[in-house]
Amino acid sequence: MTSAVEARAGSDAPTGQRPARRRRRRRNERVGYLFILPATAHLVLFALVPILFSLYLSFHEWTSPSFLEAPFVGLDNYVSLFSDDPFWHAMYNTAYYTVLSVPIGMAVSLALAVVVNQKLRGVNVFRAVFFMPVITSWVAVSVIWITLLSPDAGLVNYLFRLLHLPQQNWLDDPHTAMFAIVLINTWKTAGFSMVIWLAGLQAVPRELLEAASIDGAGKWRQFWNVTLPLLAPTTIFLVITGVIGGFQVFTPMYVITEGGPLGATDVAVYHIYQRAFEEFSMGYASAQAWVLFAVIFVVTLLQLWFIRRRGESNLI
Amino acid sequence: MSRRKTLLGVLRALPTYVILSLVGAFMLVPFLWMVTTSLKPSGTTFSYPPDLIPDTFDFGNYVNLFTLAPFGTYVLNSVVVTTVTVVGQVAFCASAAYGFARLSFAGSKSIFVLFLATMMIPFQVTMIPLFLIVFKLGWVNTYQGLIVPGISSAFAIFLLRQAFLTIPRDYQDAARIDGAGEFTVFFRIFLPLVKPALATVAVFAFMGTWNDLLWPLLIGRDEDMRTVELGLAYFNVTSSAYEQPNWPLMMAASVVSLLPVVLVYLCAQRYFVAGISLSGVKG
Repeated sequence: MTSAVEARAGSDAPTGQRPARRRRRRRNERVGYLFILPATAHLVLFALVPILFSLYLSFHEWTSPSFLEAPFVGLDNYVSLFSDDPFWHAMYNTAYYTVLSVPIGMAVSLALAVVVNQKLRGVNVFRAVFFMPVITSWVAVSVIWITLLSPDAGLVNYLFRLLHLPQQNWLDDPHTAMFAIVLINTWKTAGFSMVIWLAGLQAVPRELLEAASIDGAGKWRQFWNVTLPLLAPTTIFLVITGVIGGFQVFTPMYVITEGGPLGATDVAVYHIYQRAFEEFSMGYASAQAWVLFAVIFVVTLLQLWFIRRRGESNLI
Repeated sequence: MSRRKTLLGVLRALPTYVILSLVGAFMLVPFLWMVTTSLKPSGTTFSYPPDLIPDTFDFGNYVNLFTLAPFGTYVLNSVVVTTVTVVGQVAFCASAAYGFARLSFAGSKSIFVLFLATMMIPFQVTMIPLFLIVFKLGWVNTYQGLIVPGISSAFAIFLLRQAFLTIPRDYQDAARIDGAGEFTVFFRIFLPLVKPALATVAVFAFMGTWNDLLWPLLIGRDEDMRTVELGLAYFNVTSSAYEQPNWPLMMAASVVSLLPVVLVYLCAQRYFVAGISLSGVKG
């Protein structure tokens, strides 16, 4: 799509230019480097060097930030990782969180998008309201929901009592804590995915829906057989980015549950954070971070492979 | 006639409005709860049944926030860090994006691909070495430490490059023929043409920096270098360890932390939504 423009941008390619022109070209080159210099220097110092440094760290036993003694330990960090049950427990929790939060979040946000996609008076107000939690920081969201879910004085248990539902110990019960965070996540992020779904919904050609309706398809059939298949690119985008984001969840577990109760919400990034910055095993924590990245990478590749196998390769 | 028609339309849409209102209430009640709790007397434990609207409004928590806790310092820190990051990101990324999109030089493509490749490595992988680098530079507990690592963004460069690519080449040529230098072309012609994209980058940088917890958690260790988010998180983490947390005070802090974000959102809503749709549609 952009290649035509790019080709034009690069089209003053050299073929037998006069010296003056060549001199101008060389000056242009220098200007080009000047323009990208600040961002590129930043990239090298604060992205490339840390990535390489992280690999280096993962092969060393680095237990203090003082840069003094960091013996090379080869693959030891990675080897001991394999029998590190708490780490795999955290990985399991991360996967559990992702598997729950991605489909629930996508279903809720799609429903919202379908509703606010209608031409109704005042629908923009509702869109803005649904978007409020998105702009709110995770810390504020966490603090609000801690109080809402408080067992004796929270609003949620009060509503449960009114509806004659059993009282829950939401965040202090290992069985419900992760589920509660998934619900909070849905509340916080549904508006974001809704905007992305909306962009997809608005690209669905009206004629197709009208044709289906003439063929006797009801609203529900139209949605399942016309709209949803046409939304496939949006669905794929949300699944893939949602899974990546789910594997990187950190803040709610840090603020709301501190990985508890009994490690029920100890997720990978929180686990790595604790190893690195509370126990100062920076080498070992780096190895864990790389394993997490490898898992995310493989899971993403598997999803892409699955999509391609289903013959929808034109979508990625 | 037409009035009856609109009435009929409203009636038919009634179920939809009921659904919208229920969901809207679900989205808004937590915010209402936050505001009203912040207006209860400091240290109040919750009453049963919970009163969503208290009988009296007490603004004492907002006063306490700035007198008992150093919340003013947190706000100042957040303002400084966020402002410099936003300005820096727009400047760094706009110039780099322009270089990649409109100037030809050897290695331009491969350097750009390098930028894109780093987007794939999650922050969790780089945060440990990044902390060690910042530590080595002596930047822990400094503004530099909080700001510099986030002052450029590969995603912003990518977004702005796309914007620059849509501008016809004739603009550049015409200005050059008129004798304008590369910098004039950039500042006078191209930057004004991509204003919406610049606004999107600025809004994203603002939200990302103001709402961030993980990096300030590593760098803002001393109390006087905490940002609003970090201060709020520490209120929660430390208070629950010893005592019953002071919910009304924390809710007041949450309200203060939210105000700038809501303001920016109200002013720049369409850039925000445009940015999200763009990132989604690209897939």
